[in-house]
Amino acid sequence: MVSLFVAQIRGLDQLESSEVLVAQNVFFAIIALVMVLAALKMVTTENIVHAALYLVIVLAGAAGMFILLGAEFIAVTQILVYIGAIIVLFLFGIMLTKGSFGTEEGEFIEKSQMAVLVAVLIVTVASGSFIDSFRYTELSREAPSTTAEIGDTIFSQFIIPFEAISVLLLAALIGSVVIARRDQ
Amino acid sequence: MTVFNLAIELAYWQQTVIRSVLALVAVLLPAGTLVYLYLFKMMSFMQSRLGPMEAGPYGSLQLLAEVGKFLQKEDLYPRAADRVVFKAAPFVVLASTFLLVLVLPAGPDAWFINIDTGVFLALAVSSISVIGILMAGWGSASKYSLIGGLRAAGQLVAYELPLVLAVMGVVIQAGTLNVQEIVLAQANGEIFGWGGIGNPFLITQFLGFIIFLVAVQAELTQPPFDMPVAESEIVTGYLTEYTGMRFLLFFIGEFATAGIFSALAATFFLGGWYFPGLDPTDNLFNLLGPVVLIGKMLLVSFLIFWFRFTYPRFREDQLQQLAWKVLVPLSLLNIVATGVLKVIF
Repeated sequence: MVSLFVAQIRGLDQLESSEVLVAQNVFFAIIALVMVLAALKMVTTENIVHAALYLVIVLAGAAGMFILLGAEFIAVTQILVYIGAIIVLFLFGIMLTKGSFGTEEGEFIEKSQMAVLVAVLIVTVASGSFIDSFRYTELSREAPSTTAEIGDTIFSQFIIPFEAISVLLLAALIGSVVIARRDQ
Repeated sequence: MTVFNLAIELAYWQQTVIRSVLALVAVLLPAGTLVYLYLFKMMSFMQSRLGPMEAGPYGSLQLLAEVGKFLQKEDLYPRAADRVVFKAAPFVVLASTFLLVLVLPAGPDAWFINIDTGVFLALAVSSISVIGILMAGWGSASKYSLIGGLRAAGQLVAYELPLVLAVMGVVIQAGTLNVQEIVLAQANGEIFGWGGIGNPFLITQFLGFIIFLVAVQAELTQPPFDMPVAESEIVTGYLTEYTGMRFLLFFIGEFATAGIFSALAATFFLGGWYFPGLDPTDNLFNLLGPVVLIGKMLLVSFLIFWFRFTYPRFREDQLQQLAWKVLVPLSLLNIVATGVLKVIF
């Protein structure tokens, strides 16, 4: 399996040396390393609040990656949605329901074999399908799209998917309120 | 009319270093000014007392004395505390403040970052401080801290919505998310054909300005929205276990954020670094702009601190009702009205 991946990566077109962006690559390496370490700590830590905080580092790293690609709008969205809303909701939920604080070990039940199996499966399927579908795709050398272009595209070309997602979210919102207020 | 021309061309890394150092100044200078001018002096005068008078002439060196006092204190933490989370929390809050200052422009070339998503970025990074506050509340291993942290998080999440929605009116009117272009749109605007003072969005977005100020007050957890640090109920909330340097970091973060939010309000609604009657592309504004912006910031923060010193504390349910039942519907109404008028005119 590994040799197949290596062979496929070698099959990719090589960039000219003058086209390699040194600063981007250095920062990519730093961010990627931090993300991988934080992700490993996140799944191995015994403390659930620590796990949520490691997840913050991983998500901030993802935002950093988008900035390196010049996709500032997605980077900011990543910060706003994941760090500003979802992680806060996680922490809020943990702190409201668990009622314990400080260092506390052994909160997770050991299910490491299943976790390893799932992780290997996800990595294999995802990387296999990515390499298969984007193998011959050339990276665009043009400047990334601006915020105004993104707005125009969402509200013209993608208006129907956008509205469909909005209605879906509204339905989920109303549903959660109904479930939460069932006793009345 | 170009009075000043920069004779030196700076390399990219030199510009970056200068901008980074100035960002540090832009965080600490407003914080110090607000603490001395408003917290020490204005609050004292409102309460019929003199305030600090001993350190330096008219108590002007009191800030140095305070910082020295905090630096000398022992770095204490509770025995059951999660030390890493406890120690990291003030830095997360301060990081949010430092990221927030980056979007502020102070002149045609005097900006830290000039990007298309400026307004969006400001509102996104201001929400990072919630994580720092939750970390402080949980890491302290104390009931008061945890309750305070949860109250603060609930309040900050609730008031982020009116904060964002209040700015949307400005964004619709200016037609851009870029903060620099919002300033230029106000500088080049006209009020029914009269361009004497530009078109500060305060006039058309007055409702948005009021909602923004109320939401800022709540985001800063200042009175009348200071339930997270209500001293009569939960000691000082998430700050209870902090002393010395770490408390000072929270304190600086709070007042620096007050200054930066005031400057943002001045930028969105009062025309930012632009001074009426001059050409906004003039190089002079790279020097005059910061001064004008600080002046407008002091004006807005005067309002914020005036409310802080004169209003009693809300109740927790009143606070949530104000956000969800008054401010959010009003700001949605403001957005609809602005959108309709934008299409008509």
